[in-house]
Amino acid sequence: MTEDVVLRVITKQLIPYILLFALYVQFHGDFGPGGGFQAGVLFGAAFILYGMVFGVATVEQLFSTSVFRIGIAAGVLLYSAVGLAGLMLAGNFLDYNVLAAYPKEGQHIGIMVIEFGVGVTVAAVVVSAFYAFAQPKA
Amino acid sequence: MIDVLDYVMLFFLAATAIGIVRLRGLIAVVMLSGIYSLLAASLFVILDAPDVALTEAAVGVGAATVLMLGTVALTTREEKPVRFRPLPLVVVVVTGIVLIYGTLSLPPFGAADVPARLHVSPLYLAEGYEQTGVPNIVTAVLASYRGFDTLGEVVVIMAAGVGVIALLAGRRSGQGEKGE
Repeated sequence: MTEDVVLRVITKQLIPYILLFALYVQFHGDFGPGGGFQAGVLFGAAFILYGMVFGVATVEQLFSTSVFRIGIAAGVLLYSAVGLAGLMLAGNFLDYNVLAAYPKEGQHIGIMVIEFGVGVTVAAVVVSAFYAFAQPKA
Repeated sequence: MIDVLDYVMLFFLAATAIGIVRLRGLIAVVMLSGIYSLLAASLFVILDAPDVALTEAAVGVGAATVLMLGTVALTTREEKPVRFRPLPLVVVVVTGIVLIYGTLSLPPFGAADVPARLHVSPLYLAEGYEQTGVPNIVTAVLASYRGFDTLGEVVVIMAAGVGVIALLAGRRSGQGEKGE
């Protein structure tokens, strides 16, 4: 945690842009460079930056440790659920073609959802690891 | 021109690596390893791999640096002086020579008629957009054709995160007991 005015003001200005860029990288990964892995780290980095400047306790008021711990599992479960949905709809595991009426539409939905799962898990792991390192020595 | 840029980047990569080995102050080492990742990311951009470059820049420069700073804060800021031993140096030099000798028989960089580019890559490049509707072929391969591999990667990341949490949560309760 720092008392430096410049750092505090600039951080507050920057964080919306970092989060927005993370979302852009997440959902524009079909068209440009990016995807769940990169977006997850960027999203987590915004929380880490805020935690470094304003203290981890401030971030934890917004999102507690358990939220991110649930996120770690939720992303993997979401990804696996898409795979199982393929099986349920008489396709193969992770076969996106059967998810919608048209194969390409199914591919689009499948890729979007699994990339989101990847992003959730990666962001949650990055922030959880930061919390774990930054917690005060009891 | 691009070749010159390659060599400059590789020179700085090597210089940074030597700096990391020689420095004893761990904060400086963490900073240098961040610079190393940034140079690697720039090299990936030069090699036309923006997806990898974005990952390297976000993970290597951002997340890894913060986590290593956290580790330094929990442990020590100064590396203990190490006595010089010749055997590891010999092993590293011999391994390096063998690896460089191995690269001599690799096909030239970017060659099109090598097994790695004749197996499934032409199919992905020709039919990737038709089959998946995704313009970025990297995403099409990663998320659709190789979806099962990517699921494995995410599970590995989950396992790593759970491992870090389990290790450091144990630290807190262990130290608490000692303090009492």
